[in-house]
Amino acid sequence: MIPLSHYLLLSAVIFSVGVVGVMTRRNAIVVFMCIELMLNSVNLTLVAFSSYLGDATGQMLVFFVMVVAAAEAAVGLAIVISLFRNKQTVNIDDINILKW
Amino acid sequence: MINQVLQSLPYIVPELIVTGTLCLVLLLSLMMRKKSDLLVFVAALGLFAALAVLTSQPFASACLFFKMTVIDPFSQFFKLVILFAALIVVLMSRFSDEVNQIKKSLGEYYFLVVSMTLGMMFMVSASNLLMMYLSLELTSLTSYVVVGFIKQSKNSSEASLKYLLYGAFSSGVMLYGISIIYGLTGTMELSGINQVLAQGSANTAMLLIGGIMLLVGFGYKISAVPFHFWTPDVYEGAPTTITAFLSVASKAAGFAMLMRALKIMFLDSSALEIGNEFWPLIHGIPVVEILSVLAVLTMTIGNLVALWQDNVKRLLAYSSIAQAGYMLLGLATISNEGYSAVMLYFIVYLFMNLGAFYVAMLISNTLGSENIHDYKGLGRRAPFLSVSMAVFLVSLTGIPPTAGFIGKWMIFLSLINVKMIGLAVIGVLNSVVSLYYYLRIVRNMFLHEGEKEEVAIRYPLAQQLLLLCLMVPTLYFGIFFNPLIELVQFSVQMFGIK
Repeated sequence: MIPLSHYLLLSAVIFSVGVVGVMTRRNAIVVFMCIELMLNSVNLTLVAFSSYLGDATGQMLVFFVMVVAAAEAAVGLAIVISLFRNKQTVNIDDINILKW
Repeated sequence: MINQVLQSLPYIVPELIVTGTLCLVLLLSLMMRKKSDLLVFVAALGLFAALAVLTSQPFASACLFFKMTVIDPFSQFFKLVILFAALIVVLMSRFSDEVNQIKKSLGEYYFLVVSMTLGMMFMVSASNLLMMYLSLELTSLTSYVVVGFIKQSKNSSEASLKYLLYGAFSSGVMLYGISIIYGLTGTMELSGINQVLAQGSANTAMLLIGGIMLLVGFGYKISAVPFHFWTPDVYEGAPTTITAFLSVASKAAGFAMLMRALKIMFLDSSALEIGNEFWPLIHGIPVVEILSVLAVLTMTIGNLVALWQDNVKRLLAYSSIAQAGYMLLGLATISNEGYSAVMLYFIVYLFMNLGAFYVAMLISNTLGSENIHDYKGLGRRAPFLSVSMAVFLVSLTGIPPTAGFIGKWMIFLSLINVKMIGLAVIGVLNSVVSLYYYLRIVRNMFLHEGEKEEVAIRYPLAQQLLLLCLMVPTLYFGIFFNPLIELVQFSVQMFGIK
């Protein structure tokens, strides 16, 4: 039996990897993948807690998170394509018309 | 189980009407591509019908759909604000050249605006963390798309991508907060969380981390500093109608969610006495301190950065950040009085902010510019427009006899009543700073000569009528504000709390 803390530690690490990725990567699609990583680490936490507490609410939320993540990916990629058509780049440093 | 669903349905008739409207708009846009006026008519009619049904059930109070959502005077009030803002925005869009240039997909535009409204309506009545997350995402996903609606504009698609990245990031953080709170308390219902917290067995440090992560999601929605980075870019790049909608309705929904979560999760109901100005809070969580710091940061940074903005939409974006700061001050009092002051502010803010964006939109229709220097000499070319812009801006500053003064006055009064004089002083100082940049627009319109020829600009009667609909309440509520105060004092009641 693997204790709860292992799951929590793993998901905290994955979450941090996601956050660091969002902060440091410059390609909009890679940033987006890092955000998906964050969402999935949350799913891991929720499932771990849910099984630890013996309560199904957490697992229910996981399904909704997956649905929302899929919808977000669809919308996000569409927006990236629309931006690419205008600017021929997906590098975040070049997306800088609007500032201050 | 099916019984409870059936029993809940009559309470959400306004939401059902809005859902029906959005399906109808989508179908109509598929069948009749050319008739954009029909779409506006259907969308406006649907929103108006929802508004009418909503006002016919003011005393409804119930817990719906397995405690996922509640219906109470508080949620009814915010639904009213949101529906009214949506109605105005739909009518505004009819006059926007920016939106109407995309003839092919106007149906999608109205569809997305109405679905955003639906998401916000569920946000204000969510009483479960799951429902909060879902409705927040419904609102966010539709607004990402509609911000990038003008596909050939670089600004619009850039704003859309920035909104998406910030939004997805902060909702991820918020979700992690939800998972921590769920792990600590074993439930996602706000009232259930409150009961567990009241026993005091939860780990305070973890609870604080979870709570702050949850706050990131709310803070992003209400554009509080330090989660505000998307606001100026998105407000500048989005179509002006959508900017107006985001700055009023989206903010109202975010605030409603924050207010409900704050009160229901952290109120110590065992120590509650009637007539107590402060609510007793569950110990160990520095709610007041966090909110005060957020409020001061938000209004100060919003106001200071607004000082050197030359784009009117960007200036109004920073101004709306600052306005969120004033409202957070009302929340920091954690009293019913502060809450009702914030709600009063929202009614006022609805008219003045929509009005300011509407004038900016009309001016950019004719001048093709949002730069503050191009506003020079407008006072002579379009007198009615300029005078009403002046009224909205004066009201945003908070100078009597406009409604903005009453809103600010109530917030500062509630602060003084709970002896937070320092915060009230900072708020007043901030209002003084904001006077400078609001009046810069007015000065450019009236005191400077235009560089080009002075041709009078004419606006159709319908456009002027809509403007009048926004300007009259801004002045009227500045003088006759008693009905508003009664309304908010009634509407501050939440389900499940005395």
